[in-house]
Amino acid sequence: MSRDAILPVRGLGDRLTGLFWRHPGLMVALMLALPLGWLVLVYLGSLAALLVQSFFSIDEFSGLIRREFTLSTYAELLRAQNLDIILRTVTMAAAVTLGCAVIGFPIAYFAARYARGGWKALFYLGVMLPLWSSYLVKVYAWKLILAREGIITWATGATGTTPVLEAVLAIPVIGGVSLSTSYIGTWSVFVYVWLPYMILPMQAALERVPNSMLEASADLGASRWQTFRTVVFPLALPGIIAGSIFTFSLTMGDYIIPQIVGSSRRFIGQAVYQLQGTAGNIPLAAAFAVVPIVIMVIYLTIARRKGAFDAL
Amino acid sequence: MRSDRPPLALTLAAAAGLAFLHLPILLIFLYAFTTDERTYAFPPPGLTTQWFAVAWNRADIWPPLFLSLKVAAISTTLALILGTLCAGAMARARFFGRDQISLLVILPIALPGIITGMSLRSAFAILEIPFSTWTIVLGHATFCIVIVFNNAVARLRRLSGSVVEASMDLGANAFQTLRHVILPNMGSALLAGGMLAFALSFDEVIVTTFTAGQQSTLPIWMLNELVRPRQRPVTNVVAIVVFLTTFVPILIAYWLTRGGSETAGGGK
Repeated sequence: MSRDAILPVRGLGDRLTGLFWRHPGLMVALMLALPLGWLVLVYLGSLAALLVQSFFSIDEFSGLIRREFTLSTYAELLRAQNLDIILRTVTMAAAVTLGCAVIGFPIAYFAARYARGGWKALFYLGVMLPLWSSYLVKVYAWKLILAREGIITWATGATGTTPVLEAVLAIPVIGGVSLSTSYIGTWSVFVYVWLPYMILPMQAALERVPNSMLEASADLGASRWQTFRTVVFPLALPGIIAGSIFTFSLTMGDYIIPQIVGSSRRFIGQAVYQLQGTAGNIPLAAAFAVVPIVIMVIYLTIARRKGAFDAL
Repeated sequence: MRSDRPPLALTLAAAAGLAFLHLPILLIFLYAFTTDERTYAFPPPGLTTQWFAVAWNRADIWPPLFLSLKVAAISTTLALILGTLCAGAMARARFFGRDQISLLVILPIALPGIITGMSLRSAFAILEIPFSTWTIVLGHATFCIVIVFNNAVARLRRLSGSVVEASMDLGANAFQTLRHVILPNMGSALLAGGMLAFALSFDEVIVTTFTAGQQSTLPIWMLNELVRPRQRPVTNVVAIVVFLTTFVPILIAYWLTRGGSETAGGGK
């Protein structure tokens, strides 16, 4: 309503309406003030605090935090044992991403290309419910599965495949005393928990592959495998990369799964948790928490360079 | 058409993948009835329902349950207010810095929980804020905003602009339009967003361990039991409670927002 409104102005509400109409930016600003203030203050403020803490250091004698700028905390990250933790975490994140892509692709492809109507809804729920259901309950379920006296040991015993399980556990580095104390166990739980995050963007990318393109490929004499390799896979790649951003970053930041299922060798998340808690070394914990951020920024930059986002 | 039938191998792989996603949860239910409280032996040596009564009588479960419900309720309320306001501003308007604001809304959930948690912990240490229920709420509300925002913004974009214009033409002012036209149309989307935010907060453990201090929410209680188990089946009973408390709202949220392609969980 402009100043020439036909209707008479009936009170404050009407007057404000007129004000908003004349200044549309004002209403947007008023609505944004509260949420934006919260996010900037609480979230960006905390991220800034994280950075600030990582440049502090801990006094070795008193154990108190020295609030002066120093790079010595970051230098500590370069110690062999800490580099080991970082390398171990990145390797696990890469392995988990690969596992999620391989297991998730058939589900995403089937849902995008063949599922119709009720089946489509079923596939959607089938991926969505595990995504949203309780994280801790999912991890707990795997503790039950992988336990030495658990269902896998029983199943291999019942089918006479115990030697296979023993052979797998005997593999150096990734094996161990039982599945629940080996890297194989940790990897399985990670793949299980983050799989939906890979399927959803992959499916979204595959939905956009036109059927006519697959028909054209077949008309030109390509086998199913050739069509997959030269048509479907390149077109699905942006989705896979989008999914890998989730699986990679979530694996790097997790500390619960390796604590509950895995060997005692630490990951970045566990290092952060223990350093800020029992050790009371908040600066080093903060510096450790900056590592996943830096790795993700590098990862995103490379993905962008390779043109992964062009097709999105 | 022959090409429209899926290859057998693909069907099998997809079915196996879906089974992989769902079967593990069922074990949680089975183990809540086992008579064996010291190990995770499979198959269970016997079945009993006594653990439900035992869990009910364990005094250490109730305070964490109430704390979790309280935190989830307050965080959801805050997220509903902040997320809806943000969605209202962002749904149609185009302005400088809009993309940066979208990024800022998504960031708390896009970055791993440990970064959000450690950041808050660093800020509390610098400002010397003592841990309390409110420090937990601070973290939860922050990552719940995006859930409400996603649901609300999707519904607002589908809501035809002409409905709002019609309301204004008929003489309603902005507040009357909001109350009688916009809010009724957004009701189910806000309810869905609120349900998902509640489920997410009720179940959150990673950020919470950094912001809770000595207090225990139900997931933290569960985590402690996982590391140092006492009566193991009791943990399963609690796990079922946590599972259902998050599962039911998610199903309702799905049902409320079905039909649109922007369905509820897209942004977790």
